[in-house]
Amino acid sequence: MSLDGKAYIVGAYEHPTRKADDLTVARLHADVAKGALEDAGLTKDDIDGYFCAGDAPGLGATSMVEYMGLKVRHVDSTECGGSAPILHVAHAAEAIAAGRCNIALVTLAGRPRAAGAILRLQPPNPDAPDVAFEGPFGPTTQNMYAMVARRHMHEFGTTSEQLAWIKVAASHHAQHNPHAMLPKVVTVEEVLSSPMVADPLHRLDCCVMSDGGGALIVARPEIARSLKRPLVKVRAAAEAQKDSRGGRVDLTYSAAAFSGPEAFAAAGLTPADIKYASLYDSFTITVLMQLEDLGFCRKGEGGRFVADGNLISGVGRMPFNTDGGGLCNNHPANRGGMTKVIEAVRQLRGEAHPAVQVANCDIALANGIGGSLASRHTAGTLILERE
Amino acid sequence: MTTVERKIPAPLTLPDTQPYWDAANEGRLMIKRCDDCGEPHHYPRDVCPFCMSTRTSWLACSGKGTVYSYSTMRRGDLAYTLAYVTLEEGPTMMTNLVDCDPASLGVGQAVRAVFKPAENGQAVPMFTPAQ
Repeated sequence: MSLDGKAYIVGAYEHPTRKADDLTVARLHADVAKGALEDAGLTKDDIDGYFCAGDAPGLGATSMVEYMGLKVRHVDSTECGGSAPILHVAHAAEAIAAGRCNIALVTLAGRPRAAGAILRLQPPNPDAPDVAFEGPFGPTTQNMYAMVARRHMHEFGTTSEQLAWIKVAASHHAQHNPHAMLPKVVTVEEVLSSPMVADPLHRLDCCVMSDGGGALIVARPEIARSLKRPLVKVRAAAEAQKDSRGGRVDLTYSAAAFSGPEAFAAAGLTPADIKYASLYDSFTITVLMQLEDLGFCRKGEGGRFVADGNLISGVGRMPFNTDGGGLCNNHPANRGGMTKVIEAVRQLRGEAHPAVQVANCDIALANGIGGSLASRHTAGTLILERE
Repeated sequence: MTTVERKIPAPLTLPDTQPYWDAANEGRLMIKRCDDCGEPHHYPRDVCPFCMSTRTSWLACSGKGTVYSYSTMRRGDLAYTLAYVTLEEGPTMMTNLVDCDPASLGVGQAVRAVFKPAENGQAVPMFTPAQ
């Protein structure tokens, strides 16, 4: 829906840790909340709306509001995996527009790396109707996304070399991020020679596993204007779901094929208007699918679009994930949506690293896909504008 | 590469799909089809995902299909191949490709159902290249 002018992102904070041996998940949520409040120039008593997803321990927002000592009149624990924070920003803007709160806090945090958690695509909830028909076959995040890559290669002739360019571009950005887990610039050859994890995806086609988190503050316009930070307006947002459709499986597109066009229509913009894009890069193939589904290139042309450094800031025409993204920087709580919005805010404020700052960055997009690209997932598309 | 047999986790079966698992134990693959709209679907449900009818029936499958996509996962000396196979009857199902060299597989390849025992002895439908 069009949210033009109804709400602004006034605070953003990313936790610097990548391995939280001595911090609890609840503490990480509180740390990022504090950081975002300080960034905005607000205190916790200003917060009257709170948003979190399944990474929050306990009973979602109910537990975290207690832990942080908040007093809110609106809560939202929408859970859809890694895209949840993108939906939360949109839902916060809608709640503000509807008068249900004035200043909303969104947090995400986790410590899967310190906990040594093994990535599981789905918890073995015996009541989930799909579990019996998938669990025996060993689906993981890696081999599920790999099946999307394989089908893309079959349908469109996409190559491993083209996918590798996505990692190469992310690494060019990560070299400027002192917090990035993988700050070394890599080549296409290095990606292709990294161990095969789930063919056709190599280790360097996968995002990192990290601890940490982030938080955002969304506020109504008059409050945003009273603060000292650059104005980042929520211009439009959309969300959509896609799944196995009763067995009519089609891995050639994602839910972003629905959320993207809806968000652009609501904003009155086209992909050509986007100066910077944050795309949830759980894997290289995830980026390729989003670029096509959001309309940055035609379906099937993603491989050619990403090649030759076209995603590198200052080099190509579609700079993406200038913090290094999940592929090189971090992937807190195994969920990439929060850091996507944070880097988009940095770009619009002109506060990205100078080496990767996009010139005249006035309109940015953040997109996430939560769940599994090869089965059920939810996409969130957010279009932000510097005012 | 040396590989070891992967232990197949026991399916967490629910009462509404017990006939599917009973048939699998007899070496038969079944899917559900809607009595009202006529559309077959998978995974099997009591409620048709296309028209929401609660009148669905079991349909015996030929066991023939083609590979829609696949990926071989390697973890140490363990390797197994996850796949989506499109059945002759229409729906595409998640499965494993077994008893074959993963390097010889391809999208579109003809496969046939075979049944492998899970850790609890329950037979699980998998696929192998058709001769």
